[in-house]
Amino acid sequence: MFAYVVRRVLATIPVMAVVALFVFSLLYIAPGDPAAVIAGDQATPEDVERIRASLGLDRPYLVRFGAWVFDILRGDLGVSIFTNLPVSLMIKQRLEPTLSLMVVTLILAVSIAVPMGVIAAARVGTFVDKFVMAFAVLGFSVPVFVVGYLLAYVFALELEWLPVQGYTPFSEGFFPWIENLILPAVALGSVYIALIARITRASMLEVLQQDYIRTARAKGAGQRSILFLHALKNAAVPIVTVIGIGIALLIGGAVVTESVFAIPGLGRLTVDAILRRDYPVIQGVVLLFSFTYVLVNLLIDILYTLFDPRIRY
Amino acid sequence: MNRRDLLKAGAVAGAAGALPGFATAQPAQNRVLKMVPQANLTSLDPIWTTANITRNHGHMIYDSLYGLDAEFRAQPQMAEGHVIEDEGRTVTITLRPGLKFHDGEPVRAQDVVPSINRWMRRNPFGQKLATVVDALDVVDDRRVRFRLKRAFPLLFKALGQVSNSPAFIMPERLARTDAFQQVREAIGSGPFRFKADEFNSGSLVVYERNRDYIPVSSGTTSLTAGPKIAHFDRVEWHIIVDAATAAAALQTGEIDWYEQPPPEIQQLLRRNRNIAIEAIDPLPLTGILRFNHLHAPFNDKKMRQAILPAISQEDFMQAVVGTEAALYRTGVGLFTPGTPLANDEGLEALKGPRSLDRAKALMREAGYTNQPMRLIGPTDILAPAAMTQVGADLVRRLGFNADIVLTDWGTTVQRRTSREPFDRGGWNMLFTSFSSVDFVDPAAHFPLRGNGTNAWFGWPDIPRLEELRDAWFEAPDLPTEQRLAREMQRVAMDELPYVPVGSYLSMTALRRNLTGRVPGLALYWGIRRT
Repeated sequence: MFAYVVRRVLATIPVMAVVALFVFSLLYIAPGDPAAVIAGDQATPEDVERIRASLGLDRPYLVRFGAWVFDILRGDLGVSIFTNLPVSLMIKQRLEPTLSLMVVTLILAVSIAVPMGVIAAARVGTFVDKFVMAFAVLGFSVPVFVVGYLLAYVFALELEWLPVQGYTPFSEGFFPWIENLILPAVALGSVYIALIARITRASMLEVLQQDYIRTARAKGAGQRSILFLHALKNAAVPIVTVIGIGIALLIGGAVVTESVFAIPGLGRLTVDAILRRDYPVIQGVVLLFSFTYVLVNLLIDILYTLFDPRIRY
Repeated sequence: MNRRDLLKAGAVAGAAGALPGFATAQPAQNRVLKMVPQANLTSLDPIWTTANITRNHGHMIYDSLYGLDAEFRAQPQMAEGHVIEDEGRTVTITLRPGLKFHDGEPVRAQDVVPSINRWMRRNPFGQKLATVVDALDVVDDRRVRFRLKRAFPLLFKALGQVSNSPAFIMPERLARTDAFQQVREAIGSGPFRFKADEFNSGSLVVYERNRDYIPVSSGTTSLTAGPKIAHFDRVEWHIIVDAATAAAALQTGEIDWYEQPPPEIQQLLRRNRNIAIEAIDPLPLTGILRFNHLHAPFNDKKMRQAILPAISQEDFMQAVVGTEAALYRTGVGLFTPGTPLANDEGLEALKGPRSLDRAKALMREAGYTNQPMRLIGPTDILAPAAMTQVGADLVRRLGFNADIVLTDWGTTVQRRTSREPFDRGGWNMLFTSFSSVDFVDPAAHFPLRGNGTNAWFGWPDIPRLEELRDAWFEAPDLPTEQRLAREMQRVAMDELPYVPVGSYLSMTALRRNLTGRVPGLALYWGIRRT
């Protein structure tokens, strides 16, 4: 197992190298020019050229790529073209809000969706099952930003129970922190809940047909024990897989959610950087997202062995 | 009473007994101004970039030797006064005593000289000034001396420029930075200090009142002239990109001021009696249609003139601000409506009934034979995007073989630098807008330049415009300036470096308990909470 983990960690290196090459090349050929954005609407073409030269953007592709890779290998993600701040500092500033949003969303989604899916499977064909499925369809169909606006309108603007926007760091207290995260987490979690609930239901339905479930019933095991001890654990592999895949969904959804609720997270940092063509920031954030995704997949592979001892690496 | 009011009431009641009188008289939250600025602050150097948000940041933390009042007259700001000698060829400016930078160092003439030199490399007015400056010297710690080749009547106005990289004074060590490199720190001597430790670009920008700041002792606060008195201990810029969210935050009182709500959001906010919607600047911005003069079809004056009968300034402005007539102006020429140089010379072609047929006939006379043309424009900047949409519809209806390229702003600003012809990705037409101060006079009026390949994007070559601009810089009085402005407009409306497509007011939304806002820009002195 340990050797497998080491092998998988080492395997991230070529993956990251490909991602780095891809991201850098894509940005190189993409239209847009940070020098023109910096110089402003009133700049002359000569001003734009001078700024481009001062930023090193007039250097050949290979020289720029080589310099960037060299810096990355030294652990230096570079400096933002616009703010002059280190990219690592900008990421650090934005990491906590995004992590907080994702963790709260994940906890909320799993704690709602898994029981929903289990109950729907146990009551298949009943009103409860239909309600869960209708909710899942709705969760998939309504865009995150629409859910976000509706929640903000009702709970912030009309009822004034929760703030409209912003983020309070965890260091300033749990309640101020969670107060700012409830609406965004519910909005972002709506798709995720739908996804997990559907998969849980499907997986549970399959497991509930198995012989050992019938055996458990025959020996007098209670319904709750059958569902949550016998069936759920055996249904867990596809559920865990979809939770892992959903991390990418969360990263994508966080971009929208962070904009709607003005949360200063990595999603907004990425969008802002793309709009400005702040290449070092885009490259740094995309590398981080890729690395996170690779790690999450590794974690899920390891979790498989916990839920299904037959799996060996 | 809702939950939040109850909590607030409880907190205030609990704290009231424990605080001394002055604190309860002005609660801490009343000394903090929370606002949503027009854009995210990314660059901190207002000389390096001309971004308006960085200019506004500059006005927070820096000061300039002279300020401009609402009538665009120069008034001493950091300067105590000046002496003009040698028929205007020697000008000595003395600094006010006691001025200090935010790092505690005194402001000296040694700081002023490199600051002005750096500014003269980037600001167009400064670049013009540089052509007549023989030397700019330190006389002593409080005095600098300009030695000029000839008198430059607009020297103080130049030093008081409000926009396009104003002549902000920085500490010498920062001011010596190359004008095309960004300074590493944000240290000025203005009424607010920048809190670098709380800066989170894209989220939060914080300023605190500069307790060492000494406002000008006399005069009236007006634009950047007069006493700059800060009434808030702390100003927070909350970057909220989503307009609906910013509007909701203003409605709930989470923020006090939303600098630039889009028109549809303004309608929503007008319904809230706690929120005032007003013009941030009593003078309007102006939209323009810019031609590329290097390539067909608009390298031909007749072709540029041909489309004038089809231009309806009303159509363009209604696309930008809606149908409320009070929010836009038509019959607009080269200069900002309501300012001294605005005039009606040569504007007949933009007035009266509009006619597509007349324009099409003129296009045929000009020899248009279905050559392809490309209109480029952004989708993510409100006014240029709206004007581009109207322009796209217009060129299609006129029968141009048009390629409409709509992209994000970042791509548009890159693409417009291309001097290539159509078949190599070049462009032929674009729309954008300029703030009122840009079009007040010819100094910073970029689209009016006619200096060919050195001109602003579009590169018109109209030597007569350059001659008139040079003459304006040396105009001894306002009547002469106005005569030259009329002549410039006559030439421009014939040669058409661009077509003005109307002017519009930029509206701002703020809680009604804020008073004393200084009109013109988002400025933070004068404004206070009642």
